[in-house]
Amino acid sequence: MVRLARRALHGLLLLIGVSALSFLLVELAPGDYFAEMRLDPRVSEATLRTLRSRYGLDRPLPERYLRWVASLARGELGYSFAYGQPVGPLLWPRVRNTLLLTVTATALAWMLAVPLGAWWATRRRGPVNAGLAGVTAALLALPDLVLALGLLLLALRTGWFPAGGMVSLGHEQMAWSERVGDVAAHLVLPVTALVLGILPVLVRYVRAGVADALDAPFVRAARAHGIPPRHVMFRHALPAAANPLISLFGLSLAGLLSTSLLVEVVMSWPGLGPLLLEAILARDFYLVLGPVLASTLLLVSGNLVADALLLAADPRIRAAGR
Amino acid sequence: MPALLEVRDLAVHYADGHGGPVVAVDELSLDVPPGEVVGLLGESGCGKSTLLLAILGLLPRSARVVNGSIRFRGRELLGLGEPELRGVRGAEVSIIFQDPALALNPVRRIGSQVAEVVQAHRRWSGRRCRDEALSMLAEVGFPDPVRIHDSYPHELSGGQRQRVVIAQALACRPALVLADEPTASLDSTTQAEVRGLLGALQRRLGLAMLVVSHDLGALATLARRVLVMYAGRLVEAGDSARVFGDPLHPYSRGLLQALPRAPEPGSSRERRVPSPIPGSSPDLARLPAGCAFEPRCADRLPACVDRPPRETRPADGRQVRCFKYGG
Repeated sequence: MVRLARRALHGLLLLIGVSALSFLLVELAPGDYFAEMRLDPRVSEATLRTLRSRYGLDRPLPERYLRWVASLARGELGYSFAYGQPVGPLLWPRVRNTLLLTVTATALAWMLAVPLGAWWATRRRGPVNAGLAGVTAALLALPDLVLALGLLLLALRTGWFPAGGMVSLGHEQMAWSERVGDVAAHLVLPVTALVLGILPVLVRYVRAGVADALDAPFVRAARAHGIPPRHVMFRHALPAAANPLISLFGLSLAGLLSTSLLVEVVMSWPGLGPLLLEAILARDFYLVLGPVLASTLLLVSGNLVADALLLAADPRIRAAGR
Repeated sequence: MPALLEVRDLAVHYADGHGGPVVAVDELSLDVPPGEVVGLLGESGCGKSTLLLAILGLLPRSARVVNGSIRFRGRELLGLGEPELRGVRGAEVSIIFQDPALALNPVRRIGSQVAEVVQAHRRWSGRRCRDEALSMLAEVGFPDPVRIHDSYPHELSGGQRQRVVIAQALACRPALVLADEPTASLDSTTQAEVRGLLGALQRRLGLAMLVVSHDLGALATLARRVLVMYAGRLVEAGDSARVFGDPLHPYSRGLLQALPRAPEPGSSRERRVPSPIPGSSPDLARLPAGCAFEPRCADRLPACVDRPPRETRPADGRQVRCFKYGG
């Protein structure tokens, strides 16, 4: 428990650091939302000054940062110039959509990676080994963007799956069960892109971990006691290999989150990705910070989940934390 | 009485990358009679562990049994399928590995690791397997089996872990126990404790054992018969008191002088300084044409370099492989 609390504190400090740094970095970028208006001869210098002071852009940096932090506390997260409303309400549905995508993809990727990697670990020679090595190497070499575009092309050519967006036209009129089915159909493509992107990495880690565990002396001892192979795998090798894989789980969440931002843009999934891109292009200052902060929060929570799982899985860590 | 375990002319080779095979075990024959302890003595890398793994059919992929037979209760074990071997392992023939810290799964409780051995061989309920595990833990000398049952390996001492490993090995009442240096990784007081426990259990349960050890004390007290192994072959065999008291083979003699031995209680002999055998053990991939020990031997004869010596029986119950005795 102490360990978890300490990790949570670390996460909080990380959030504060990221917020300050990203605030500074976005600030350092030249120009602001109103810079382009200057090109318009109909907008006078005085109007621009009024606009800037209305949004507080003429205040010194520390003051603006503190004001922004105060608005974080109110759940507003600053004000979007382009939308003319607080960032918070814009952000929450996007966070929900990104979460739906990444959590589904993470769950699916791990559910595939563990059995596949464990199976691979028991076949160190022969066609299974060669086949899996080839397929994972090919998938690793393929950039996520190419993968996403390829899938998009496939969806368009075959028409098997909706090729973009999150809901069909008329979604609002559907019954509850139909809505779930509709969103699920739209999930297929982006989730496939995300899963195929991270699966080869995970499978290789699982394989290496389980293979190491299978070579461990206690696995040989278990076999020497006549323990059947399925128990050797499920009761000995997998629990012993779990430790590094759980740490990898936290990392995989981070990887999926950043890939997700890209895939969302390519497949027009209404998550944080498109919002962030749009905000950056428009120099919509606070709207850029929102998704950055939200991603960091997701990341920190993912790592906390991994820490909690690690405590549950390994008695040695529990003993060390006491 | 027919032997429980009969190994005949066993030869095990490892494939290695550099040309010829590594001959880990060659022309090896031994018997373990029911209820009797046989000790196996030899340097590291002489093929002792390979022999034990071969008996259980657990040789690594790179190893191959090229000749011989291994019979347990008259049944040939070589060539048995995995399911049949699984029925033998742990139930009829079990093994105690050298380092108990490595032989137990670090993330699982002790009790479940003992109970699962029972579960693998008996069609008993989980409850009954647990009870059996508890009584087994009590039998290996834990005064508080319930606490040990709920502990993790890292919470126990080396000696306690070795007791747990012994409990696993005996949980299904095997007729034969193979022990691979069962006390080597323990400190000396614990060694004496574990040695005493093994001896007591062996007598109480009437176990047959094949004990591989450097620990002369353990072999002298436990084993009735002792085999000495060098470079994959048995070089000497005989009654343990006689082999230790009057070694015939030059290697046995060297080995006994090289290993430190605590003075036996009541013996007038002074503690002697251990003296190592000159040279080092041979490369098993490039064994000489003659006797493998010839390059290090102080008593070598002209015949030693031509061919390996045959086994002879110079005295009652003694076997030796040396030209000095007519090999």
